[in-house]
Amino acid sequence: MDPGPVRPTPQPDADTAEFWAATLDGRLRIQRCSACQRYIHYPRIVCPWCMSDDLGFEDVSGRGVVYSYTLVHRAPAAFADEAPYLVALVDLDVGVRMLTRLVGVPTDVDVIDLPVQVTFRPMSDTAALPFFEPQP
Amino acid sequence: MSTSPGVAIVGVGQTGLPDAQGRTELTLQAQAAVAALADAGLTTADVDAIFTASNDMSWIPSVLVAEYLGIDAKYSDSTNIGGSSFEAHVGHAAAAINAGLCEVALITYGSTQRSRRSRTLGASGPVRMTAQFQDPFGLPLPVGAYALAARRHMHLYGTTPEQLAQVAVDARGWAQLNPLAKMREPLSVADVLASPMITDPLHLLDCCLVTDGAGAVVVTGATVSRQLRKPPVWVLGHGTAHTHATIGSMGHLTQPSSTDSGARAFAMAGVTPAEIDVAEIYDSFTITPILSLETLGFCGPGEGGPFVVDRGTGPAGGFPMNTTGGGLSFAHPGMFGIFLLIEAVAQLRGEADARQVAGASLALAHGTGGALSSSATVILGRD
Repeated sequence: MDPGPVRPTPQPDADTAEFWAATLDGRLRIQRCSACQRYIHYPRIVCPWCMSDDLGFEDVSGRGVVYSYTLVHRAPAAFADEAPYLVALVDLDVGVRMLTRLVGVPTDVDVIDLPVQVTFRPMSDTAALPFFEPQP
Repeated sequence: MSTSPGVAIVGVGQTGLPDAQGRTELTLQAQAAVAALADAGLTTADVDAIFTASNDMSWIPSVLVAEYLGIDAKYSDSTNIGGSSFEAHVGHAAAAINAGLCEVALITYGSTQRSRRSRTLGASGPVRMTAQFQDPFGLPLPVGAYALAARRHMHLYGTTPEQLAQVAVDARGWAQLNPLAKMREPLSVADVLASPMITDPLHLLDCCLVTDGAGAVVVTGATVSRQLRKPPVWVLGHGTAHTHATIGSMGHLTQPSSTDSGARAFAMAGVTPAEIDVAEIYDSFTITPILSLETLGFCGPGEGGPFVVDRGTGPAGGFPMNTTGGGLSFAHPGMFGIFLLIEAVAQLRGEADARQVAGASLALAHGTGGALSSSATVILGRD
């Protein structure tokens, strides 16, 4: 019998290992360019703003606002048992945008611009997923 | 004055809509290619340039299609930027022909995604590279990306679900005039809003179809064009742009790169949006043409919803758009861009039968690909 689809799981690599390792400690570490000082998400080998390769990671506050959101009813097969759920784009206060989930948020009102903060959900032994919830 | 003078579409063909009936996507493309060449009065022996985009048929699709048809190519292009690939191919073909690199360009596309039930909304198991920051969150793709844009548009501009639904209703109006259209039953705004929610605010009937199908387009230079069966449909302007692959990397979700592709196409053609007689604007989801209408300059930012309702884009409206019924009601074999070109040509030739826009002399075909990722605009005209 078909065991069914497996939840997609991040596969850390040379660019992303530091990001995911921090999630296991409940820390959001975002890549930053030492040359132009801009933050970068997702992590990569070269700065997309200035082409510098002098990049590092910094712990950030994990606070931001909702840029947009959608309430998913017809989920990908691996997520079918969770629907409906909110997927969102969150703009962090350090100036990067993350695709994520919203939890603890009403599903029947417009939540764009809602202040939110990161909360981690265990995923695997190599990654926890950064979700977002309303700021207290 | 156009900066790509004397390049024309001289043949179009399509087949396998909406069902391939056992034929493969390679067979379908060959049949569409033969139909397009016959339409032009050319044969495969005349073709020296091949353009194809494929999701999954082959890792070298232009090479495979050329082999199957017995074409030895001296110019080859498998560019895949999503559903807008074929508008981009027209631009690439025009540039190559103008540069003297080739004479007769054949552009093809085919898909059997419906027969093979190959569509999925997401990945499973370990995900690599950029997908590791997207797929684990359960966004159904591509529809979820467009839902995020629609929600942002509603927040900024007050766009309503009824305005989105009107795009689907108008498309259905055209489909009712098109015997090849898959969906021809009457459709109301209430029907769209009553259809199952896929990912808020997009309902099932805000989403394009999943069908099979194939299309082909033949492009040549001025000298050849004037010797063929049908009057040439001139490529007056073209532009391509892309800004991101994953929706998390898109700057402003309500301002796709059609701003750029459209501006360059219009400037090259030396015409304005107000002069366009018929517009074929990729309708992957009802929000898609609303964004494109704004960014291409047919209306201002945020005015797309009211534009659709007030001007009307159906057969009785003032702005004929997606006159086949579009991806929403005619057909949608994965990447719809080639069918936008085929219909624009039919309209400019006066071959569109019951859905003919009277006196159409200037047409726009505009593709959107990926997660609002790529844009490619072609402006076409007749003598």
